This record gives sequence, C-alpha cells and structure tokens, in this order.
Amino acid sequence: MNKKADINVLKAKAREIRKEIITMVYRANSGHVGGSLGATDIVVALYYHIMKHDATNPMWAQRDRFILSKGHCTPVIYAALADCNYFPAEDLKTFRRPGTHLQGHPFQPKTPGIEASTGTLGLGISTGAGMALGAKIKNERHYYYILCGDGEIQEGQVWEAAMFANKYKLDNVIAFVDRNYLQTDGNSEKVMPLDPLKPKWESFGWHVQEIDGNDFAEIINAVDEAKRATGKPSMIIARTVKGKGVSFMENEASWHGTPPKKVEYEKAIKELDDGV
Amino acid sequence: MEYKQTRMGYVDGLLELARSTPNLVVLDADVAKATKTAEFEAVYPDRFFNCGVQEQNMLSVAAGLALEGFLPFASTFGVFATCRAGDQLRNSIAYPKLNVKIGATHCGISTGGDGASHQSIEDIAIARSFPNMTVLVPGDYEEAKQCTLAAARFKGPVYLRFGRDAYPVVKELHAKFEIGKGKLLRNGNDLTIITTGVMVSEGLIAADILAGENYDVRVVHMPTIKPIDRDAIVASAIETKRIVTVEEHSVIGGLGEAVAGVVSEMCPCFVKRIGVKDVFGESGEANELFDKYGLRAANIVDAAKQLLETEIYIERK
Ligand SMILES: Cc1ncc(C[n+]2csc(CCOP(=O)(O)OP(=O)(O)O)c2C)c(N)n1
Ligand SMILES: [Mg+2]
Repeated sequence: MNKKADINVLKAKAREIRKEIITMVYRANSGHVGGSLGATDIVVALYYHIMKHDATNPMWAQRDRFILSKGHCTPVIYAALADCNYFPAEDLKTFRRPGTHLQGHPFQPKTPGIEASTGTLGLGISTGAGMALGAKIKNERHYYYILCGDGEIQEGQVWEAAMFANKYKLDNVIAFVDRNYLQTDGNSEKVMPLDPLKPKWESFGWHVQEIDGNDFAEIINAVDEAKRATGKPSMIIARTVKGKGVSFMENEASWHGTPPKKVEYEKAIKELDDGV
Repeated sequence: MEYKQTRMGYVDGLLELARSTPNLVVLDADVAKATKTAEFEAVYPDRFFNCGVQEQNMLSVAAGLALEGFLPFASTFGVFATCRAGDQLRNSIAYPKLNVKIGATHCGISTGGDGASHQSIEDIAIARSFPNMTVLVPGDYEEAKQCTLAAARFKGPVYLRFGRDAYPVVKELHAKFEIGKGKLLRNGNDLTIITTGVMVSEGLIAADILAGENYDVRVVHMPTIKPIDRDAIVASAIETKRIVTVEEHSVIGGLGEAVAGVVSEMCPCFVKRIGVKDVFGESGEANELFDKYGLRAANIVDAAKQLLETEIYIERK
C-alpha cells in the first residue's frame, strides 16, 4: 500500500506529472492539457497521500476508488497511474495511438487502475454513487473520490446523481468540482452560469467546502473534514487554475483541447523544470 | 486532392442562410469551437444561444423555439445528439414533427483520438428509426453546405451528419442536391457501389480500380438516408444484380440495412455492407482508423470481387 507523502514530495511529484501530461499530448498531437494540468494537484494529493491503494494489487477490495468524471483529462490520471506502477511508463508513449490501452477517454476494462469508463460528461457521480451504494450494502468502508469539471456539472444527470447520493446518505462519496471557470467555449459564467455554486450543492443535501484546489494542505484538510461529515455525501469545490504550471497555458480557454507545437512543448517543459 | 471539413460546410451554409432567413437561430452545447458554430456566433451573436454542457436541454429548448415560429439549428457532436439526448430527439422533436434541424458533427470513427466514447457509429441508425425524421449525410464540404440549405427549406425535423476531419472534395457531388434523391456518379452494369457521407471518395477509387480490371461499375451516392431513394436502389438491383454499400457507420442500422430493406422486398440481390463491423472504435488518427476498420477502397474492391468472381455468389444467382 502507498505511504503518505509529505507536501514537498507532493510538489515534486506534481511537477513530474505535469511534464508527463505535456509530453503525452505533444507526442500524440491530440488530447487535453489545460484541465489535466489544473487538476494535477488534486490527483497527486489523492494518489500519493490520501487514498488507500496498491498498484501490485489493483483489485484489492478495500482500496479507495477514484473516478475521473471529466474523462477528457486522461493525461493526468494515466501519468499518475504509470508513476504508481499500475502499468509500465513506456505505455504512455502509446496514448491515443491505435491498439493502445490508453484511450483518449477512460476505458475501465482495458486500463489497470481505471475504475470506471467515462468520456461523455456527467456520468461519474452516478457511477460512483452506484458503486458507493454497493459498498454500503456489502458493509465495506472505503471511499469513492470523483472528479468533475465545472462545465461538466451543467449536465442534468449530475443533479440527478446529487439527489440520489443524498437520498441514500452516501457519505463514502467525496466528490470534487474542478472550479476553473473555463469550459470549451470560454468562461463558464458566460457559457452557462453556475454561481453561486456552494448553496446549490448544499440545497441538494451535500456537505460542501470551498478550497484552493492547487494547494495540497487545503486539499488534504478538506478530505479529512469530508470524512468527518458523516451521513452526507461531500462536495469539495476546488478553485483551480486551468493550465496550472505553464505560464502561457494558465487561464486560457484555448488550451482546453489543443496540443502544443514543438516550441510550445519545449517552453512548457523548460518552465516546469525551472519551477517558474 | 483538395481536403475540406464538412462541418465548415454546415457553418458556411448557416451564414449564407442567416441573411435571408430572419427566424433562423443557432444553438450549441459548449462545443461551438468544434462544431464551428462559433463562427456564426461571431457574426450573429444575438441569434446564437450556447446552452452549456446540456445536450438534452438544448434539444428540448430547440423544440420550444420551433413552437414559437423560429428555425433552430441545434449543434453538437453526433454521439451526444442521438445518445445522450436520444429521448429529447425522439419525443420533443420527431414525435411532434417540429421544425428543428440537428447539426451533428464529429460523426464516424474519423473523430479520431477521442476514441470510441466520442465516435458516433450508431447515429444514422438511431435517427432514421424515428418516424418523421429526415436524415442527411453529405459527402464533402460543398454537399454539406447544400444539405444545410436544403434542410432549412424543408419543413420538419432533419438530422444532418458531419465529420470532424478534412475530407476529399469530390467535384462530381456538386450538381444539384435534392432531399430524397441519390446521385448517379458512374454508370455501369456489373455491380453498384452505393455510398453515403465521406466514404464517397473511397467508393469512386474502388470503381476506378474495378474499371481497370474491366468491370463496369455503377456508383450511386446517397446523401439522403431517409427518405431513401428507392427508385435508384431498385434500378441498380435489377440492372447490376450486385450491390456493395459503403458508410462510415456501423453496418447495423445504417445505409447498408436501408438498401437491403428495399432490395429484399422488391428485387432480391446480394448486398455486401462495408462499414464498422458491430464493434466500438478506438483512439487513433482518422486515416489509421479507416485502414484498421476496413473502410478503404481496397475493402470495397474485395467485397465487389467476391460478388463478381466467387462461385458461391455466381452460382446462387
Ligand atoms: C456529454 C458531453 N458533452 C460534451 C462533451 C465535449 N466536451 C469535452 S470537455 C468539455 C468541456 C468541459 O469543461 P469542464 O467540465 O469545465 O472541464 P475542464 O475545464 O476541467 O477541462 C466538453 C463540452 C463531452 N465530452 N460530453
Ligand atoms: Mg472547467
């Protein structure tokens, strides 16, 4: 099982994962960098500090589960799973290539460590709620961590899942909204306003926190508090910077699904190496 | 060869229509940069409505706008228009026969790297199964534009199918377009290749290869899947006695089955279907996937030769 890494280790990991994200998308000339970079700190906090999991035994019944509901951000989860040894790092070179197990969007039957298939937005909380309900029925005590995008939660299904998780008091669900205020067509408040978001989730019966989703201490503390809030599902609204870590990608809608060109790739890697 | 995106044909069609069609409005669901309707929004911001990531809501909203006398073009990827919002497409739009047009882009496996979750290979089957629905599947940029203009003139629900990639421009397609009419691209009497959508270019290459081997091959292109051009199919079946259908879609429920349905009732002959063989696609570049999933001229030629040269088909005729 993984050990809890301290914050400096997490920061170093996040930098490595970010480089891998850029490299994967550059190599494939296809994929989503912005939302992957922004969510890196949440994924790193989960896989290297918060979650109980064991890459040598991916089907270990007591493991915590992670569902990437914003399924376009496969680069971040593939990079983390490879680094945790769920599959060889070599495989990352096959991302989005014919025959690969590393599909553009998560495909649970093929990829070790991927817990649920997603890709069309809005599925994750429902699937996670079903799994969490199953765990309750079986009296199992692990957690289901679900990462949604803020654009994603405009989907009606998300709110159906919100009602369901509340009805069955699924306090083994700890969900995140990656609140970067950006989606494909631009600023979320222009495309389809979501604010005020906290009271929406509260009125659906969830325990809700707002944090800085690029701050490890806040992520870790929020999960601790979510675990203490028994009897309710938990939503952590994590304010993040889309494209985090690469200056020219930060807060830029245009980096949602555009692969970097050679010069941009080299510049991005250099920035991450220099720790700018 | 020149390559152009069919989704651009959609938006160029919308821009042309907007000037003369004051009740035309365009909706999108947070993929306006991808469907290209962002280019419509740039010119007509007051006639463009972004619904966010809400395809179900968008289709029923479009129904509402149609009920108030507007001509809505609701735009999103094919997989979301028919699968995520399948009920809204059926019950809000098709059943009451409302004047809503669905501009579905990123159809077929040429969507590429996003993989099977985004590659719509069932949308023709779903859309054509709904009563009242007209289904148009253009073959290149120009025909995509023609289909968009024709859909606006037509009263009733229309599903328009476009791809993501740039596809060959096929000059032969640019004659008049009429809903419900196939286009005879090559005449011949040994076998008919019937194409729809962007597979038309592979169909023509296959016909040329077969012509080089002294086969006299007919090519009929079907930009309208529904209502299907029964007369063209019946004539081909009677006159050439062998048909190969070609589509960038599952072999289940698409062009192939539409053709087989007509033929089996009226003039039985062998029909071979080239398409995605009841499997999900995968990530890869469009060209690689066309090779891997058997959507090439060579695959059409193989199927044609089976019908033309193997005993089992010749003897049973
Ligand atoms: C049902 C569905 N509709 C549309 C899309 C296309 N799409 C992919 S990502 C995206 C925007 C997502 O924005 P957000 O959830 O905010 O993600 P992030 O900013 O974290 O990348 C859209 C519309 C999809 N994958 N699924
Ligand atoms: Mg976002």
